[in-house]
Amino acid sequence: MSFDLGHRASRRWGERLIALLLFGCGLISVLTTIGIVVVLVTESAGFFREVPIAEFLTGTRWSPMYSEQHFGILPLLNGTLLIAAGSMLIALPVGLTSAIYLSEYSSPRVRGVIKPVLEVLAGIPTVVYGYFALTFVTPFIRTVFPGTGIFNAASGAIVVGIMIIPMVASLSEDALNAVPLSLREAAYGLGATKFEVSTRVVVPSALSGIVASFILAISRAIGETMAVTLAAGATPKMTLNFLESIQTMTAYIVQVSLGETPHGTLEYRTIFAVGLVLFLITLAMNLLSQRITRRFREVYE
Amino acid sequence: MSGERFRPAQARRRRAGRIFQVACLASIGFSIAVLAILLVDVARDGLRWVSWDFLTRFPSRIPERAGIKSAVLGSLWMMVLTAGISFPLGVGAAIYLEEYSPRNWVTRLLQTNIANLAGVPSIVYGILGLAIFVRFFGFGRSVLAGAATLALLILPVVIIAAQEALKAVPNSLREASYGVGATKWQTIRHQVLPVALPGILTGMILSLSRAIGETAPLIMIGALTFIAFSPTSPMDPFTVLPIQIFNWTAKPQAEFHELAAGAIVVLLFVLLVMNAGAIILRNKFQKRF
Amino acid sequence: MYTRQMIRTLFVLTPLAFVAAGCGGGEQSGDEAGLSGMVAIDGSSTVFPISEAMAEEFQIANPGVRVTVGISGTGGGFKKFCAGETDISDASRSIKPTEIDLCAENGIEAIEIPVAWDGLTVVRNPSNDWATCMTVDELARLWQPGSTIQRWNQIRPDWPDEEIVLYGPDTDSGTFDYFTDAIVGEEDASRDDYTASADDNVLVVGVEGDEGSIGYFGFAYYEESSDRLGAVAVDNGNGCVAPSRETIENGTYAPLSRPMFIYVKPDALAKPQVRAFVDFYLNNATLLVPEVGYVPLATEKYEELLGGLPAGM
Repeated sequence: MSFDLGHRASRRWGERLIALLLFGCGLISVLTTIGIVVVLVTESAGFFREVPIAEFLTGTRWSPMYSEQHFGILPLLNGTLLIAAGSMLIALPVGLTSAIYLSEYSSPRVRGVIKPVLEVLAGIPTVVYGYFALTFVTPFIRTVFPGTGIFNAASGAIVVGIMIIPMVASLSEDALNAVPLSLREAAYGLGATKFEVSTRVVVPSALSGIVASFILAISRAIGETMAVTLAAGATPKMTLNFLESIQTMTAYIVQVSLGETPHGTLEYRTIFAVGLVLFLITLAMNLLSQRITRRFREVYE
Repeated sequence: MSGERFRPAQARRRRAGRIFQVACLASIGFSIAVLAILLVDVARDGLRWVSWDFLTRFPSRIPERAGIKSAVLGSLWMMVLTAGISFPLGVGAAIYLEEYSPRNWVTRLLQTNIANLAGVPSIVYGILGLAIFVRFFGFGRSVLAGAATLALLILPVVIIAAQEALKAVPNSLREASYGVGATKWQTIRHQVLPVALPGILTGMILSLSRAIGETAPLIMIGALTFIAFSPTSPMDPFTVLPIQIFNWTAKPQAEFHELAAGAIVVLLFVLLVMNAGAIILRNKFQKRF
Repeated sequence: MYTRQMIRTLFVLTPLAFVAAGCGGGEQSGDEAGLSGMVAIDGSSTVFPISEAMAEEFQIANPGVRVTVGISGTGGGFKKFCAGETDISDASRSIKPTEIDLCAENGIEAIEIPVAWDGLTVVRNPSNDWATCMTVDELARLWQPGSTIQRWNQIRPDWPDEEIVLYGPDTDSGTFDYFTDAIVGEEDASRDDYTASADDNVLVVGVEGDEGSIGYFGFAYYEESSDRLGAVAVDNGNGCVAPSRETIENGTYAPLSRPMFIYVKPDALAKPQVRAFVDFYLNNATLLVPEVGYVPLATEKYEELLGGLPAGM
C-alpha cells in the first residue's frame, strides 16, 4: 500500500474514473428498467395499431393462432387469476401459521429443522415443481375427482401454492419478529394466553408487513411460468372450474416462443402485449406492497 | 377474588390455543410432508438413471441411450458467463450505492428501482432478452444471449446482497483508513472489500443457484430445439438442464419422465452443493466484529 | 489472509471450469473425416422425429458436425428457410406458391425432397369404444369453422351423451393445413375452440388423459403411444380404413395419407456438412423412417432423389 504523495493529480483522476465506472454499474439497473418498458411499449404499440385496446381488454376470446383471430385477453387473465387465487388458498394460511409458529411458539431446535425445510422448498427450481404437478399431483387429483382433465388448473395452483409458502412464511416471520417483546409481555401481564397474544396482539401489530408479504406472494404467483405451462394447459377460456384446463398469460408467452412465431407478425407482437399487461400487474402489486409497508408501519416506541 | 367464575372461560381459551397450536403444527407438517413426497417421488423414478453414462451421453430419441451431457455443459457455460457478467456489474453497483452515492432522492429512486426489478417475473426478462440480445444486438440464440439475460435477471439480487455485505462492514474501518490518508477507492479496495467479500460471494453463489434453475427466460432465448452437442463458443446454440427436464417431462412416454427425474436428481444435487458451499463460505470466512 | 487465498482459489478454479467445459466439447474439432460446421433444420413437428433420428445418427458418425432441429411448424420453418436462417426445412405439406415467391425474393431456390409417407391419424381416448370409425363428412362437421358440436351424440344419436374434448395442431402447422384441406375442404378452415399446440407431445398427453377426447397428428406419434391411444378409422366412401403401414403405403387410407418433405437449397448444399447430411438422410431413410413410425418410400426412389440433387462437391 504505497501512498504516492507526489502524484496527487493523477490519483484524483483515477479516483474520478473509478467513481464514474461504478456509477455506470449502478446505471445498468436503470437501463434495464428503461429497456423493459421501451421494448414492451414499442412492440405493443405496433400491436395496438391493429387491434383496438377495447377489444384487447374486454374481449372474452383469445385465439391469435387460429384461423379466426380473436384478441381478448380476459381468458388469459382468468387463467392467471384462477391459479393465483388457488395458490393463495394454500400458501397464505400455511405460510402465515408457519410464521406464527416459528416466531411465537417454536423452540430453537424445531426452528433449526423447519427453516432449512422452507429454504429447500424455496430453492427448488420451478420446472421441478412442474414435473411434480404432472407426475404426482394431477394423477392424485384425478383419483379424488374423476373426470378432471389431464391438464387442469388445480394441479398448477396447488404446486404454485407450495412454491410460495416459504416466501409468505419468511416475510411474515420478519414482520412478526419486528414486533417488540414489550408488547407481548404487556399482554401476558394482563393474563392473555399465548394464542390470544399471537392472534390479537402480535399479528395485528405486524399486519402491514404481513399484508405486504401476501401481496408480494400473489405477485409471484401471477408471474409463475413453468409449473403452469407443464400442468395447467393451453386452452384460454373463461371458467371458474379448477378441474378444467386453462391457460395463463405466462404459459401463452411460452407457447408462442416454442413455436417461434416469425418476428414482425401480429402473432409475435401478442407476446409483448401480454407481457406488458403482466409487467404492469406485477409492478403495481410490488409498488402497493412497498407502499403498505411504508405507510402503515407501526411506530412502536 | 375467587377465580371460579373464570374457569370455564379459561378452559375454553386454552382449548382454542391448543387447537391453534395443532393447526400451526399441521401447516409445518404439511410443508415437511410435501418436500419429502417430492424428493421421494423424484428419487424413486430418477436415481436409477443417474450414472456416468447418463452424464456423458447426449439426448436421444431412444430413452436407454439418452443422457444430459449437452445440458450439463450448457448449464456450466451459462453459469460461468452469467457470473462473469453479473458479478462485476452487481458489485460495482453495490459499491456505488453504499460508498459513493449521496443520500438523496436519486439514490432512493435507484434503490426502489432495484427492489422492483427483483420482483419482475422471469419471463419478462426473457422477453427483454429476446428483443435486445437476440435481435437488437444480434447475438442470435446463443449462450451469450442467454447469459446476458440471466445476468440481468439476478443482478438486483446480487446488488442487494452485496449492499448488505458492505453495510455490515463497520464504519470504524473506513474512518481509520481515511485517517491514515487513503483515498476513497483505496479504502474500499484494501479495507472494505476484503472484509465484505465472503458475504458478497455468498450472495453471488445463491443468485447463481437461482439462475441455474431458470427455464422460462432461456426458453424464450434458445427455444426447444434438439441439441446433441456442447457449446464451444459463446455464440453457439445451447440447452440447459432445466430445459432438458422440461423437454422430457412434456413427452407422453413414461421412460422420458423417468429421464427427467434423473436430470432433476442431478440438478438438485448441484444446487445442494452450491448452497452448502455458500453456507460454508459464510461460516468460515465471516469476520466477527 | 483468508480472503487472498479465497480469491486466488476462485481465480484458478474459474478458468479450469472453462477448460473442463471446453474439453467436454473438444472432440468436436473435427475427426478423420474432417467434417465440421453446423446444419440448421427447422419446420414441421410431424417430420421432426425423422429429422431428429437422422441428426442423432449423423452426429454419432460425424462428431465434428452440429445439427440442430427445431419445431416451428411447417409455415414457420419456411419463413426461416426463405429468410436464409436455416439450411433445411421440414414440411408436412408441399410448399405454397406464396412461400416460393418469398424464397425467390431472397434469391433462394427451394428444392423439394419427399422423404416418407404419413397417415395423418385421428386419435381417440382408449375408453372411447364408440367412435372407432367416422366418415369424412362427420369429421368435417366436427371440425369446420363455427361448428357447434360439443357432445358425441350430436354426431350420431346412438353415441353417448359425453362432452367432446378437442386437441389439434395450431395454424402454423402443415398437419393443420393438410387436415383442414382434406377433411373440411378448405385450407385453414377450422373451428377454434380446441387445445392447439405446436408440440404434438402435448396433444398425445391430452388425448391419452381426457375421456371423450379426440385429436389428430402424424402417424408416428400415434404409433409411439398406440397402447395408450385409440385410432379412428376413416370412411372415405369405401368403408372404414384404419391407418397402418400397409394402408398408408397402398393409399387406401384416404384422404389422410400424405407425403412428407424436406426442402433444401443450392447454397446450403454447397456446404459439405449439409450435403453429407442430406446424402445420409436419403441413404438411411429406408431404415430409420420405419423405426420412427412412418412409411418409407421405395428404396429406388431414394436413390433416384440422391442422384437428382445438384452436382456435389
